[in-house]
Amino acid sequence: MIDSLQQAFIEETRELLGELEITLLAVEDAPTDSELIAKLFRALHTIKGSSAMFGFDDIALFTHDIETAYDLIRNGKLGVTKQIIDLTLLARDEISNMLVKTGNHTQINEENTKKIIESFREIVSGFNKTGKKQTGDVAEQQGSVKKSNEKLHYFHIRFVPGRDLFLTGTNPLMLIEELREMGNLVLSAHFDKTPDFANLNPEECYCYWNVFLKTTKSLDDLQDVFIFVADSSELTFENISNEIPKDFEIDFAKLQNLISQNAQNYTNDFRAVLKQYFTVEKQEKITEVNTTLKQTQTSNVHSEADSVSSIRVSSEKLDELVNLVGELVTIQATLSQVALSNNNNDMISIAEEVERITWSLRDSALNIRMLPIGSTFSKFKRLVRDLSNELGKEVELSTDGAATELDKTVIEKLNDPLIHIIRNSIDHGVESPEERMKAGKPSIGKVHLSASQSGGNVLIKIIDDGAGLNKEAIREKAIKSGIIAENAELTDSELYTLIFAPGFSTAKKVTSVSGRGVGMDVVRRAIEGLRGSVQVSSELGKGTVITLKLPLTLAIIDGLLVKIGSDHYVLPLSSIEECIELTQDDVKKAHGRHVVNVRGGIIPYINLRERFKITENKPKIEQIVIAAINNHHVGFVVDQVFGQHQTVLKSLGKYYEKVEGISGATILGDGTVALILDINKLTENEELEETKLASNSIK
Amino acid sequence: MPKTIMTVDDSASVRQMVAYTLKEAGYSVVEACDGVDALSKIDGDNFSLIITDLNMPKMDGITLIKELRVKPKIKFTPILMLTTESQNEKKMEGKTAGATGWIVKPFKPEQLVAVVKKVIG
Repeated sequence: MIDSLQQAFIEETRELLGELEITLLAVEDAPTDSELIAKLFRALHTIKGSSAMFGFDDIALFTHDIETAYDLIRNGKLGVTKQIIDLTLLARDEISNMLVKTGNHTQINEENTKKIIESFREIVSGFNKTGKKQTGDVAEQQGSVKKSNEKLHYFHIRFVPGRDLFLTGTNPLMLIEELREMGNLVLSAHFDKTPDFANLNPEECYCYWNVFLKTTKSLDDLQDVFIFVADSSELTFENISNEIPKDFEIDFAKLQNLISQNAQNYTNDFRAVLKQYFTVEKQEKITEVNTTLKQTQTSNVHSEADSVSSIRVSSEKLDELVNLVGELVTIQATLSQVALSNNNNDMISIAEEVERITWSLRDSALNIRMLPIGSTFSKFKRLVRDLSNELGKEVELSTDGAATELDKTVIEKLNDPLIHIIRNSIDHGVESPEERMKAGKPSIGKVHLSASQSGGNVLIKIIDDGAGLNKEAIREKAIKSGIIAENAELTDSELYTLIFAPGFSTAKKVTSVSGRGVGMDVVRRAIEGLRGSVQVSSELGKGTVITLKLPLTLAIIDGLLVKIGSDHYVLPLSSIEECIELTQDDVKKAHGRHVVNVRGGIIPYINLRERFKITENKPKIEQIVIAAINNHHVGFVVDQVFGQHQTVLKSLGKYYEKVEGISGATILGDGTVALILDINKLTENEELEETKLASNSIK
Repeated sequence: MPKTIMTVDDSASVRQMVAYTLKEAGYSVVEACDGVDALSKIDGDNFSLIITDLNMPKMDGITLIKELRVKPKIKFTPILMLTTESQNEKKMEGKTAGATGWIVKPFKPEQLVAVVKKVIG
C-alpha cells in the first residue's frame, strides 16, 4: 500500500474521530436523536472498514465491538447511557493513538483496549443473551482465498437464474466463465422455457444451464461464484465424484460434443448422458485393449481368435435343440397342410412364411452340430507312425479337405471304421520297403486321406500306393470261405466288395493289426449304420482307393415318401435312381420271379407289400422305386409314390432299434408316423433268403 | 478502450483506494462522493460498473441504486454495494433495489479486483 493512500486514510480517520467526539457530546444531551446516532454509527463503521483496508487491523478489530453496540442503539434496541458515551470517548482516544504507526506496528495500549472491549461486550451481551454470533475475525472475509483441498471433485451444477437476472446487471455468462476457470467443464444451455415471440420479454432471462465440472475447488468455492445470484436463482450443486469411474480420463471435448448433439434431452440432468458416455468409452477402451492384444500376438493369432469367437456347449443341449427343431418342422408341416386344406389364402401365406423360417432355423440348428473332420484326420498321424514301426514299413500320411464338415455324431462313429481301413491299407496294401524298391516305387509308402463334400454327402477317400487288391486271391479266398460259388461271375467292383464280407481275409498270416477277417466287415456295417456306403477301386501294383460316402447329417433325411396300403414309408433319396410303374402284365411276364425289365436290363425287386405282409387295398398298378445298392440295381415295390420328403429322423427307441430293415421313423405333417426303410438291410436279408431258398431247392 | 467504473463513497480514503486499485487493474475510474454527486456524473460517461457505499450522507446507497435503475442507460449496468458483515439485511435490500452484488468491507485490493472481474470481466 503506497504511503500517500495510507496518509489519506490517517487524515480522514482523524477527521472522523474529531467528528465522533463532537457527535458523542451532542448525543449525551439528546440521547434519542436518531440523526446523531446514525452519524455516530456511520463514523465508527467507516473507521472500522477503512482501517482494515489500509493495514490497521488492530483498529478494525477494536472498533468492531463498539460498532455492534451502536448498531443496536441505532435500531432502538439499546438506550444510550452515560457509560456507553464514556466508553466510546475512551475508545476514540485509543483509536487516535493507534493511528500512530512505528514501523509496521500500531501503538496499542492493550490493557486499555481490552477493558473497553470487554465493557462493550458486557453491554451487548446484557441485551442480547441469545445474541447472534458476532464475528470479529477480519480474516474471515468474503472473497478471501480459501485453501482448497487438492482432491479432484466432479460436480453437477444446475443453474436456473431468476427471470429478473438482467435487471440486477448480472451477466450469467460471467458466472459460467468463472466456473470454466475452475477446471474442466462441459455444459448445455437450455432455451426451452423461452416463450414465443409475442410473449417474449427481452429484459427477462429464460435461459438456464446444466454444467458438469471437474475441479479441485471445494463446494464452497463453487457456491461463491453464484453468491450474488443465489437468492434469486434455482441452484443445485451435486458432488457426483462417486459416479465417475476411477482412473477415467474424460475427453471433455468428446463429451461436450455428445451433449451438444442432444442437449434437449438433458434439461434436468446430465447423468444419463454421462452414463452413456462412460459405457461407450469403456467399450472403446476394451476394443482398444483387444486390438492391442491382437497386435502383440504372433503365431497364436489364429487359435486365439478362434477361442474368442466360439463357445462350448454340451452335445446334449445341441441334441435337444435339434430335437425341438424337429418337432417344430413337424408342426409347421401340419400348419401348411391345414392351411392348404382350408384354402385360406392369408393362412397359406403365413404358413409359407413359417415354413421358410422353420427351414432356416433347422439348417442353422443342424449347422451348429457340424464339425470339421480335420481333428479326426490328425489323430491318424500317430496311428500311421506306430503301425509302420510295428510292421517295419515306412509310411507317410497326408490329408486334404480337413475343413470338410460333418455332423458330430457321424464324425464320432467314423473313427473306428477309419482306423480299420487305414490299418488294412498299411498292413495289406503298402509293401515293405524292399518290395517297393524292387517294384521301382519309392521306399516310403503313402496313405492319403481326403474329404470332400458332394451334394448332401461327404466323400472320404483312403488312398494308398501299395500293391493293390489281388483279384485272384480275393476270388480264391471267397470261394474257399463259401462266400461265392466257384463259377460265380463277378465284376471287379463286386469282387472288391467281397473284402467287406464277414469272415473274409486274404492276409497270409494273422498279424496283431489285421488278418482275422473281422475288420472290414465291421467297417461296412458301421458305414451303413451311418446311412453311408463303401466303394473300393484298385489297380494291381499301383494301389487301392476306398471311398466312404456319408450323409452330411444323421438328423435329417432326404427321403422319398411312399405309401403301401394305408401306411407311409420313407426311402433314403440318396440311393434312389428312378421310379417306374409295375403293371399286372409285367408281373405275369416274369413268371413269378421278382424281376422287371427296365430298358432291356433285368432288375430284381422286393415287394414290400409282401415283405411287410400288407394285404389291404392292393392297387392295379404298383410303383417300383429303383435304388442302387452296392452297385446293383434293386427295385422296391410300393403302392404309391408321393415324392421327395425331407424330414427329421427319429429313432425308434430302445426296444425297436434292432428291427432289421427299419432305420427310424418320422412324423408327417398330418401327424401320422412314417417308417424309414433301411434298403441296404432289406436287400441283404432278401439275398440271404434267396440263397437259402436256392440251396434248399438244390437239395 | 478501458472499461469505466464509477466509485461512490463519502470516505475519500476508501474511494481513493478503490480508484487506485481499479486503475492499477486497467480500468478507468470516475469518483463520486455521494449519491447526489453520482447521479450528476452518471450521464457524462458510459459506465461498465458502479461501485457504491451504502452509508452515505445526502443520499444513501440503496436510494442511489433505485434511482440508477430507472435510468434506461443504467438499467442493465452492474452495480456493486460496499457493505460490512454486520449489514446482511442491507445486502438483500440492495439486491431488491437492483444491485448486482456486494463487496464486504474491509477488503484487500486483490479481493476488490476479483469481484469486479467476476462481474464485468
